[in-house]
Amino acid sequence: MNTEFNGVLLIFLASVLLAWPLGRYIAKVFSGQRVWTDFMNPFENRLLRLAGVNPEQSMDWKGNMKALLVLNLGFFLVAYLFLALQGLHPFWNPNGFGNWEPTLAFNTAVSFTTNTNLQHYSGETGASYFTQLMVFCWLQFVSAATGIAALALLFQGLKNKSAANLGNFWALFLKSNTRILLPLSIAVAVFLVFRGAPADFRGLQEITTLEGETQKVAGGPVAPMVAIKQLGTNGGGFFGPNSTHPFENPDYLTNAAETFSILLIPIALVFAFGFYLNRRKLAILIFGVMTLLFLSFNAVSITQEMKGNPAMEKMGLAEQPNLEGKEMRFGPVASAFWGVATTSTSNGSVNSMHDSHTPLSGGVYLVDMFINAVYGGVGVGFINFFVYLIIAVFIAGLMIGRTPEFMGKKIEAREVKIATLVVILHPFLILVGTAIAAFAATENPDLAAAWLKNPSFHGFRKWRMNSRRPRPTTVPVSKAWATTPPSGTS
Amino acid sequence: MLSKAAVESFTKLHPRLMIKNPVMFTVEIGTALMGVVTILSAFTPGAFLGEPGYNLVITLLLLLTALFGNFAEAIAEARGKAQADSLRKTRQDTPARLLKDKVETTVPSSQLRPGDQFVCTAGDIIPADGEIVEGLASIDESAITGESAPVIREAETDHSSVIGGTRVLSDRIVVLVSAQAGESFLDKMIALVEGANRQKTPNEIALTILLASFTLVFLIVTVTLKPFADFLNAPLSIAAMVSLFVCLIPTTIGALLSAIGIAGMDRALKANIIATSGKAVETAGDIDTLLLDKTGTITIGNRKATEFFPVETMDKLAFANLAALSSLADATPEGKSIVELSRQLYGTEFSTPKDAKFIKFSAETRMSGIDLTSGQKIRKGAWDAIRKWAHLSGPETALTQTQVETIAAKGGTPLAVALDHKVIGVVQLEDIIKPGIRERFTRLRKMGVKTVMVTGDNPLTAKFIAEQAGVDDFIAEAKPEDKMNYIKAEQEQGKLVAMMGDGTNDAPALAQADVGVAMNSGTQAAKEAANMVDLDSDPTKLLEVVEIGKQLLITRGNITTFSIANDVAKYFAIVPALFAATIPGLKVLDVMNLSSPESAILSAVIFNALIIPTLIPLALKGSRYRPVGASSLLSRNLLVYGLGGVLLPFAGIKLIDIVVSLFL
Repeated sequence: MNTEFNGVLLIFLASVLLAWPLGRYIAKVFSGQRVWTDFMNPFENRLLRLAGVNPEQSMDWKGNMKALLVLNLGFFLVAYLFLALQGLHPFWNPNGFGNWEPTLAFNTAVSFTTNTNLQHYSGETGASYFTQLMVFCWLQFVSAATGIAALALLFQGLKNKSAANLGNFWALFLKSNTRILLPLSIAVAVFLVFRGAPADFRGLQEITTLEGETQKVAGGPVAPMVAIKQLGTNGGGFFGPNSTHPFENPDYLTNAAETFSILLIPIALVFAFGFYLNRRKLAILIFGVMTLLFLSFNAVSITQEMKGNPAMEKMGLAEQPNLEGKEMRFGPVASAFWGVATTSTSNGSVNSMHDSHTPLSGGVYLVDMFINAVYGGVGVGFINFFVYLIIAVFIAGLMIGRTPEFMGKKIEAREVKIATLVVILHPFLILVGTAIAAFAATENPDLAAAWLKNPSFHGFRKWRMNSRRPRPTTVPVSKAWATTPPSGTS
Repeated sequence: MLSKAAVESFTKLHPRLMIKNPVMFTVEIGTALMGVVTILSAFTPGAFLGEPGYNLVITLLLLLTALFGNFAEAIAEARGKAQADSLRKTRQDTPARLLKDKVETTVPSSQLRPGDQFVCTAGDIIPADGEIVEGLASIDESAITGESAPVIREAETDHSSVIGGTRVLSDRIVVLVSAQAGESFLDKMIALVEGANRQKTPNEIALTILLASFTLVFLIVTVTLKPFADFLNAPLSIAAMVSLFVCLIPTTIGALLSAIGIAGMDRALKANIIATSGKAVETAGDIDTLLLDKTGTITIGNRKATEFFPVETMDKLAFANLAALSSLADATPEGKSIVELSRQLYGTEFSTPKDAKFIKFSAETRMSGIDLTSGQKIRKGAWDAIRKWAHLSGPETALTQTQVETIAAKGGTPLAVALDHKVIGVVQLEDIIKPGIRERFTRLRKMGVKTVMVTGDNPLTAKFIAEQAGVDDFIAEAKPEDKMNYIKAEQEQGKLVAMMGDGTNDAPALAQADVGVAMNSGTQAAKEAANMVDLDSDPTKLLEVVEIGKQLLITRGNITTFSIANDVAKYFAIVPALFAATIPGLKVLDVMNLSSPESAILSAVIFNALIIPTLIPLALKGSRYRPVGASSLLSRNLLVYGLGGVLLPFAGIKLIDIVVSLFL
């Protein structure tokens, strides 16, 4: 058991230790200082010139927002068309998958463009390798880079103390890809390949099992997709079962690397804030608050998973710890740690069935997703935390007898209005969405039975989770998967 | 006053007035909704509509909550109204002696226009605000300031403005009208204390938005609870939902918010400060830098002569006599103090010599003095001016030079005296630092406020006094534009600056400063440029203003924190009660062990209502402000109002539950 604890402790410490220099590096990238990746300059400049963008042109918030929206709208449309017309791809489709049903294509395109990565399909039975790489993998890069670039704009805004001259979204977006996400993803993907994750373009492989039967096993360019899925707080897996699948996450070391990849950039961006604005103390304080929450959530989840399922105990089955839905090669502690990490960074990848975690563990994950700022998604997590911070500073400022001020800017009606709008949006979307689902289910129980896999209280979790992130149980378990059970219990 | 406020809490229920306070407005809507439900449930009772009796009790409790909020506001306003009434008595239509082309005619004061001139003599009530253009008078301003000692107002000085409604006690003055009838100082003051045109301050607006958004969040929470409960087959009565909503929204701060603001203005008024807006009072709490005139603020009145230093060849008594003689016609406090000192030291009585020619001080010569009939010429003035005049001086001047430097280094002001173009000695003038001022500056430093002394003294003297008094910085040999530049420089660093002034030449700086306090005795220009007027004309008043501003914000912040912290206990009371029947597991949350679900909800609602009148005294008096560091102030307030706000309702709701359960 100690080994298990030490394992997650090491993963956490490694993430924090490496996040510090990465944060410094990101701050340099944002401010255009010299870094070792400058050899990309000619390539980036040519791309920007090709797109007709002058990277030196600094825009205000409106110009940047327009750029962000237009770019992502474009990504969405292209993704939708690709999915809806998948059957037309001439290559990288060894299994010959056809066009997607339009609503599924729409849902998936929206979801991947917004970094949500809700999957109502299974990669191995529905997506060609072309789709996996050029749509999903691509969107996982650009949606993460959008978040990081938005954060860079916020940093500059705080530096300027105004929303004019924030920088150039196009250039920041490109650099987030080429300087931050791409190098890290290559490193992680190479590591995964060395540990056994496939990266090929072959179709279904027919193998003979030990029992002498033949079955077809899905492979493909898995490793690169897993790398960006973890690093960019995306979570959209190559296979339906996500990182529980042995090809996505072959052993304990890959699991450690993938957990580390979930936390790395979100933590590094907190430090980048300190380096960029030269407010290291404040950055460490913010990191401290986030870490306090993160570790408390872990404490609850890990103890709960270790204590096991009380219902099983009542039945006389003294099963300790709770192993339902867990991969034996990772164990309950690493699974609980992943659970907290993935929900607190709004990543959404899984290495165990969250549906089978104990109730309080599940509750912690819901809280984590609701706060959405304990490190949080790349870029956007810090922005969320910043919004909470404005409200906290507003009240605390009053309590010490000053009209509230933060980073040298007064917090007045306008600032509070914007901050509270963001805060209201969250419960509004989640609660109203869940309420509509609950209403529909109450009115039409037969219909609900068809799409609601869990009855009663457990059912709520599904809606709330759905509105945020994929869970394996929402993914139809593929046929190919059914014939190749994972090592260990599931 | 209480009964008047009680009546007003009902009239304030008008939705048009209530909507200005979104939190309490939703309480009113909830009350109305429950009223309808009560009636409906009398005909068709059911799980959703509930029992009519219980509904009625909830309706009344919610109404009470709204009324308590209005009561808090009414009682805060009542205090200002009483003051306004007494002020209004002062503003009667008085006859004015209009002076036109040197002819006096008597007209009613309401017919005076800006630019008109009128005459007042002893016993007259001044009919309108204005500036004295001729003469001087002692005036009783007690009607406005409450200060019974008369004040002197004189033309062509920094104390030339008079206020309509005050009474001339002696002499005759001619006054130029400066304000239209209805826009006079008194009118403004009445409007201000009545809160008639009370505008919400930027901070109040921001807080209102925050509270409204909390309310919206809880509205979403309670409304969506219904489909969730239906899905779980848990019956949820509308009374329970409305109660949950009202308990969760920040009613405590919502109800007390405007009372806190009014009370803050009121406290400023009690300190005899007239602020043109609530914003000015709030800003005062934020001040980073305070510009204070040395004279009157840091030192008592003016410099006084404390010692004579004649040259070696001259006897001290003779020198004292000559110095006093030269000052006889000098009406400045310094001049008077020289005569006073030689009287004290040698008992000499002086009478003005006949036919002597007095030389008035002029900015050009920077000397004053007397030409006696004997042909002797005595001059006194700044050292460099005298040295220039005393071109016949011998080598003894060198010694005087040393003496001058010694005096200056000790914080004194040397005043050189010369006879027939020969230096005969120096008079030492000294500032007397006000007792207790050092402690006040220490207090300000703890608040994080930097104090800057402004003085016309030379840098050496200024430095000495600055150290003695404990100010952080000083501007020596200050000209009006120096103040202005200093304020601008501080503001460029993002700091807020406050200053006090009275003269017309202070007006630009007063306008530039974030908080400008003009003395009531000051000129009209200064008063118009400032955003506060100190009726007592007390320069140390700024310190109080800063504290009042801070206190206002702290009270607001503390009650907000308290209000939000209260929610924790209410969750523990209401949530288990709501689902007691369907989700027995939630019983674990019922840590207070309340007697029944109905009683739990009632107790929470009653607590929620009662906490408002309980906190009215705090809202009116304001949280105490201690000048300790920001972090210890924050942790102390978080402990008292945050943790206290979490714990108190547990005890309160439990106690109420014990009482309520007796009736259920």
